[in-house]
Amino acid sequence: MFRFLLERDTWQEVFDSLSKNKLRSILTMVGVWWGILLLIGLLGSARGLENSFNRLFGDFATNSVFLWGEKTGMPFKGFQEGRRVRLSLSDTRKVAENVDGVEFVVPRNQNQSLVVRNFLSGSFSIAGDYPLLDQVEKKKLIHGRFINQSDIDDRKKVAVISDEIYKQIFQKDEEAIGEYIQINSINYKVVGLFEVPNISMGPSIDIHIPFTTFQQVYNEGDQIGWMMITGKPEYDIVQIEEDATLLLKNLNKIHPEDNRAFGSANAGKQFGKVTGFLTGMQFLTWFVGIATLIAGVFAIGNILLITVKERTKEIGVRRALGATPFEIKRQIVVEAVFLTLVAGMFGIISGGLILIILDHLFGQGADAALVNASVSIAVVFIALIILVILGTLIGLIPATKATSIKPIEALREE
Amino acid sequence: MLEIRQLHKSYPIGDSSLHVLKGIDLSVKEGEMVAIMGSSGSGKSTLLNIIGMLDEADQGDYILDGLPIKNLTEKKAAIYRNKFLGFIFQSFNLINYKSALENVALPLYYQGMKRKERLELAMFHLEKVGLADWAKHLPKELSGGQKQRVAIARALAADPKLLLADEPTGALDTKTSHEIMEFIQHLNDEGKTILMVTHEEDIAAMCKRNVRLRDGIIIEDKMVEQVRAQLYV
Repeated sequence: MFRFLLERDTWQEVFDSLSKNKLRSILTMVGVWWGILLLIGLLGSARGLENSFNRLFGDFATNSVFLWGEKTGMPFKGFQEGRRVRLSLSDTRKVAENVDGVEFVVPRNQNQSLVVRNFLSGSFSIAGDYPLLDQVEKKKLIHGRFINQSDIDDRKKVAVISDEIYKQIFQKDEEAIGEYIQINSINYKVVGLFEVPNISMGPSIDIHIPFTTFQQVYNEGDQIGWMMITGKPEYDIVQIEEDATLLLKNLNKIHPEDNRAFGSANAGKQFGKVTGFLTGMQFLTWFVGIATLIAGVFAIGNILLITVKERTKEIGVRRALGATPFEIKRQIVVEAVFLTLVAGMFGIISGGLILIILDHLFGQGADAALVNASVSIAVVFIALIILVILGTLIGLIPATKATSIKPIEALREE
Repeated sequence: MLEIRQLHKSYPIGDSSLHVLKGIDLSVKEGEMVAIMGSSGSGKSTLLNIIGMLDEADQGDYILDGLPIKNLTEKKAAIYRNKFLGFIFQSFNLINYKSALENVALPLYYQGMKRKERLELAMFHLEKVGLADWAKHLPKELSGGQKQRVAIARALAADPKLLLADEPTGALDTKTSHEIMEFIQHLNDEGKTILMVTHEEDIAAMCKRNVRLRDGIIIEDKMVEQVRAQLYV
């Protein structure tokens, strides 16, 4: 049935009738070209935006929550409201043991301290951390290393500093690793230099020192400032937060319905919002793109309808010469499909070019707005197949119209 | 060759209908050259269209070469037209974006003939009408007479049993008309059956038989002494 598609004559006919009026053919194609260009451009940009969000979150365990103690909001078991809640290391262990789906729990202590090096100084936030932190919030180390287990075991006075700090207390191009800085008059050896992350949950930290060192130096004892809970991938982090909070309330003699006792920053929740936004945007993209595409295909149908009207006489002559209605219909449908396909290909190519341009304009550098703005080949093929189907359907309208007129009436048409 | 009995045709005009053909009886033998004459509105074109299977009669029989032509589907009509009939129109009706050669080859295309064969055969027919040198030209580059010759070549291309001409000289000047008529006469000499609608007496005189219509009935049907168009050229 489709053998005619391989015949030169079929295409000669299509080529003849399309090249007869080039302007008409080109105008016809503009609609579909524009539609697919928009679809590709929008989808690519949406993908780029998604990639850029993913890159921001990429260094971050998105199924994690930060918890810290605040002041109680309700009196409970003889305690007045307004009591300061301090979490402790034992809380950390109990959360890790008792809450379902917890991958690990990392404690942290944090304060603001004066940092001095030679004649330069500044007040920075210092955190006592475990090496495990690197798994919650992947540190991009420019030089050196992060805190390791031996630092923890030996309570070493070492520090991992951010590139921002480096700029403030070091000279340009000065080697930082192995140098000493003073934090609250105690010397620490710099062992690592990290890049400030694009996105972080909780407070931004300028200097990381071993948790145990912090414990000793600041006389924290068993108390901790924060705990970071990371859930297993298959568990819902919002549920984990609820369970952990309830357990902590129980351990610290806080009213179960007291919502002010703990502060939290739930990465999963934030990430969910962003992915929700991205999903919405993608839906919008598809909707706009496909609607434009359909409008374009309708434009083709519309113009073909006018064309058929113009060509009524020609069609009449062809039928007088022995063209069957099927042959006439077939030719008009082939023309429609051919137009949509060629326009679609041009649309895909120019859409690709647009994406290349977008990539050059917005896709370069570490904090690019669009990362790898692209469309998958599968989507392109599906779009093409949809185009062929729509082209066929829309071509059928003028084709039916063309053969519904009696040949004699068609011939009489002037 | 062609048998028509009690043919009726009417067209609806608003609520009423216009009775165009009121019982036509006509019989044409092979090798005849018939002019159907009449003033406008006499029904001569309608008759030709029915014979050409472009239109359908309401009543009556039409038998072409032993084949009853009745209740044809569009597809069947198209095949019959292609096989049995060649059309020559007043306004030539060439397809304006196709070369003379391709125009001539078009009926063969619809027969499903291969391109190479088709173009060879079309070229043969173009040579016959003396336009071999114009094969690659578009209709707009040809004169009226040349266009009509291309149209004749096209009508002949599929070797039809019957050639139908609707005012073939209507759009041509006298000299060119005579050239075309000379050519048509020549085809008739070779044995083609020709049926032609005209309202010009001198053109009708160049046929072998004149059928005169008035108000949808045949009022006169006579054999005439054929005037050779060659005398005028």
